[in-house]
Amino acid sequence: MRVEEISVWISDARTAFDGAIDLDALKIVRLAHTGDKSPISLASRALGGMAPEDKASFGKLIGDAKAAIASALAGATAALEAERDRKVLLEEVVDVTLPVQRAHRGGLHPISIIRNEVTDFFIEQGFSVEEGPELESGWLNFDALNMPADHPARTMQDTFFIEPVESGMVLRTHTSPVQIRTMLTQTPPIYIICPGRTFRADELDATHSPVFHQVEGLVVDKGITMAHLKGTLDNFARHMFGPGVTTRLRPSFFPFTEPSAEVDIFFNNRWIEWGGCGMVNPMVLATCGIDTDLYSGFAFGMGLERTLMVRHGITDMHDIVEGDLRFTRQFGVGL
Amino acid sequence: MLTPLSWIKEFVDIPASITAQEISDALIRVGFEVEEIIEQGADLTGPLVFAKVLSIEEITEFKKPIRYVGIDCGEGTTRYVICGATNFVVGDMVVAALPGAVLPGDFTITARETYGKTSNGMICSVRELGIGDDHAGIMVLHGGEVEIGANAIEGLQINDVIFDVSINPDRGYALSIRGMAREVAGSLGLTFRDPVEALRNLEFTETGKGVSAKIADPSTASVFYLRTLTNFDPKATTPLWMRRRIEKMGMRSISLVVDVTNYVMLELGQPLHAFDASKIKGGLIVKRAGSAQAFTTLDGQVRQLDTDDLMVCDDEKPLALAGTMGGAFSEISEATTEIALEAVRFDPTLIAKNSRRHKISSEASRRFERSVDPSLAEFATARCVQLLSAHSSATHVATVVAGEPRYAPVVTIDPAKISAILGIEIPPKKIAEVLRVIGCDVDEKEFAVDPPSWRFDLVTVSDFAEEVARMIGYDSIPSILPPRPFHATLTNNQKRRRAIASMLASRGLAEVQTFPFTNQATIDSMGFIGERAATYRIANPMSEEFPLMRVHLVPGLIEVAQRNINRGAKNFAIFEMGSIFRSSKKLPTAISPELSVRPEQKLIEEIFASVPPQGYHVAGVLVGKIENENWQGKARDYNWSDAIAFAEDILDLCNLKWTVARSDFAPWHPGRCAELIIDGKAVAHAGELHPRILEAYGLPARSVAFAVGLSVLPHSQLVRPTQVGTMPAALQDVALIVDSTVSAQSVEAALREGAGALLESITCFDRYDKIGEGKVSLAFTLTFRAPDRTLTGDEVSAMREAATAVATAKCGAVVRTA
Repeated sequence: MRVEEISVWISDARTAFDGAIDLDALKIVRLAHTGDKSPISLASRALGGMAPEDKASFGKLIGDAKAAIASALAGATAALEAERDRKVLLEEVVDVTLPVQRAHRGGLHPISIIRNEVTDFFIEQGFSVEEGPELESGWLNFDALNMPADHPARTMQDTFFIEPVESGMVLRTHTSPVQIRTMLTQTPPIYIICPGRTFRADELDATHSPVFHQVEGLVVDKGITMAHLKGTLDNFARHMFGPGVTTRLRPSFFPFTEPSAEVDIFFNNRWIEWGGCGMVNPMVLATCGIDTDLYSGFAFGMGLERTLMVRHGITDMHDIVEGDLRFTRQFGVGL
Repeated sequence: MLTPLSWIKEFVDIPASITAQEISDALIRVGFEVEEIIEQGADLTGPLVFAKVLSIEEITEFKKPIRYVGIDCGEGTTRYVICGATNFVVGDMVVAALPGAVLPGDFTITARETYGKTSNGMICSVRELGIGDDHAGIMVLHGGEVEIGANAIEGLQINDVIFDVSINPDRGYALSIRGMAREVAGSLGLTFRDPVEALRNLEFTETGKGVSAKIADPSTASVFYLRTLTNFDPKATTPLWMRRRIEKMGMRSISLVVDVTNYVMLELGQPLHAFDASKIKGGLIVKRAGSAQAFTTLDGQVRQLDTDDLMVCDDEKPLALAGTMGGAFSEISEATTEIALEAVRFDPTLIAKNSRRHKISSEASRRFERSVDPSLAEFATARCVQLLSAHSSATHVATVVAGEPRYAPVVTIDPAKISAILGIEIPPKKIAEVLRVIGCDVDEKEFAVDPPSWRFDLVTVSDFAEEVARMIGYDSIPSILPPRPFHATLTNNQKRRRAIASMLASRGLAEVQTFPFTNQATIDSMGFIGERAATYRIANPMSEEFPLMRVHLVPGLIEVAQRNINRGAKNFAIFEMGSIFRSSKKLPTAISPELSVRPEQKLIEEIFASVPPQGYHVAGVLVGKIENENWQGKARDYNWSDAIAFAEDILDLCNLKWTVARSDFAPWHPGRCAELIIDGKAVAHAGELHPRILEAYGLPARSVAFAVGLSVLPHSQLVRPTQVGTMPAALQDVALIVDSTVSAQSVEAALREGAGALLESITCFDRYDKIGEGKVSLAFTLTFRAPDRTLTGDEVSAMREAATAVATAKCGAVVRTA
């Protein structure tokens, strides 16, 4: 065995492996160069009969050669396997653009989406979310809000009355009774919003619905001023309509606020009435047992349908109330 | 209120440089919403002239009456026009648009051939002139009040700006030109001339006794002015300028006396009523009707009076429904010569009640309800006498007064409080100045403010704060965020509802929101009975079709499903979350504690308790295929198990444990409805809808629904997790034969009980119902795991046998071999 022979074995093996055209051909040449009968195997077996002084040097040479041949084989195998995969898997090609089997497109009602959006905004501002019944006591819906029986303002809101009418029960005309409930059961500081369904005896048309949704806000704390009301509304309007929106307060009248105002937004190049607001009438605070020398408050209320229609350019209320899936599904979950 | 700028200008000098838009903006700034600026006459150009009718030729060969009319337009020759109206005679004064004129609607007048004649202009109706709605005939003027050939645009004062202003209920005074002029002046910083000033010192000669006036109960009215006039010539007509002003404000001209009372009401804000004094027996008295009796109002309606109705009566009977509408008996007629002019300052609430009881919202009642300036009874009646004397032969007989005006009290306010409310520093001097503009007397030393006679709404410092704010402008208030004392979160219930809605939406259900109204037929058709059918009735529903409150969410969803199917949808799933209304108890009579002081706790509790509980539910209806059909083949239909799965998913999402039982519950299929039970209470139902209902509503057969009572779900407990075992699990399959009436859940429960503590999970993986004899085979995989060791085969077999032993004992299960 000569040293030179060993390097020839390596180069022969490399040439043979590289020349194999596929994995089957490689299997055949592999036997010739790595099998029991291959020169390197024979040489390896012959080591046992060598003189101890040669054994060490030849042993290392053969070991290195074996490793080199194995490495060449691994390289060739990997290359040929990759080649085979390319071919075979290509035959398994599918049209991934075919429509896949999916669940129906679900979604939240846009009013829910906008309610969640308003809620998240105010939660972040430190307002908690209060709720109350839709079929409500007239005292909480009207009287306690400084609208005793025969107050002209009571006719401003076309009310659904529940039989027997002596019960005074109504379908709440606004979510303000939730404010009263909160003030009767909690003590200031109070920072709440009350989103919910409300009712007015208006015919359903493009812009009105007898059943609609409001979100109202109420703050009662020491030192609350109308400037705080403005700040809150400005912030809220920017959140709902974008940073470029401006607001305007216009003097108005509500029995439960004094001073009272309408809040308009300048959106899409015109002034749009958005909601009502004002400083909580001290009469209302007093009815709820809140010390008006210590505390003052503000309140505001907006229609969610109106907010939705203005922001999304919806022109027909029917789409919002009819439950046609083609309308609702467009909104997804509002993300 | 329609407010003509020309009339406002009588009391405010508005520089010509100020535009209508600027006036409108100023009004909006001080709290008067201008709904429309009507530029009357802007779309009208002349020549428009007054003309006298000289001849009428009736042309009869057409389907409708046609007249060929000769008119004198002051041109020296007769002009002929065709006209379709017939409400005029020869000698009448009319309004003629001559060729070249353009009428509203871009209607150009030309000489034209029509009906075989040449029409050389047009005689116009009120509507054609754009000054009113009357189109019953052409406009006919009283003889002698206009000149032939005079410019009618000027004569009819057509060119004007009319603001349509909405007046809030706290500003009754603004339902008058006097009130609006004051606001226009105040908002523009101009000087206001109060028309009342000219009436303060009017004296009328007493020539006789006159009709007497009385107020029976001073709480019903404070002051009553009654002025008697005689010698009125009923043929006297209303001057054109007065008619035009009344018409511009949306009222109709009736007769001179009525027009004068209306004119003065519009000018000053005090409603008046004129009686035919010859019909009055004795004197007039303001008092309650006292007894239920029939009363004919001047609109000809016979009304049944309520004993509490406030009336103006004579010695014998009621003559007018106070402050609301006069009576037919004593109204001014074409024969009236004696007049009794009444102006009373009625209690606003009583007039509101009159108006509501009889469903009459008149110009008078609208003003009385909103409080009328008590000083006006005197001045308004004086103004009427002045106008009637000037425009007719009427002369004053006597003036009688009952009671006296009661004014709002002087209020002492702390000006610093106003700054504190508004959040902007305003010097007391400025506050006093602003309050004077709106008519208050202010003593700046004590800051005692005497509100003007027309302001009953200025009582508290907040009321004055609003006045200050609107006069300095709401836009001068800064924008500051309030302090933020709390960290807030949603409540657990709110979080749950959101999570459930998101889960359902992401699983293919679309949320809908339906009106919570229903009717008895729907309740019956759903099969609801007993307390599940009992609900509340709306006294004044939108329509008699839906007078009841819903008792369940599924019927509404079925209706929405039906609508979607009618519009072409086939395969879909919808859900709704909301309240339902079941009347479990009779509603108690309302209690109304006093305001401005906190009611006793007991009363508050009573009010809260009087409101019936309103359950909050989520429900879904699943229709057609679970997926849309596509190239991979047909999708399967939704079935009863999908509905149950959604109900279970909802409970699972809330981390609750439940059991399932079969239920026979409307509106579901009696054999295919599951009830989900927590703590012995059914909290949800799900399954296939009743086939009869599906058919009635045109939903596909076997559509399914679920409903979960969210408000009855218990709160989930704080999770205390068991430690996760890392030892290998051992799986054992068992197949059991049971009667088909034995529920899978009971078999599973029995296996679970017998398997012992090392059972980790159990899964029913097969159900075979073809073995006959009313038997089914159920196959389960039991997974065992010990926390500390690998289980031996013997241990696992023993546990499996223990499990099947309990199933045998409790469910009669027979272990199926091979």
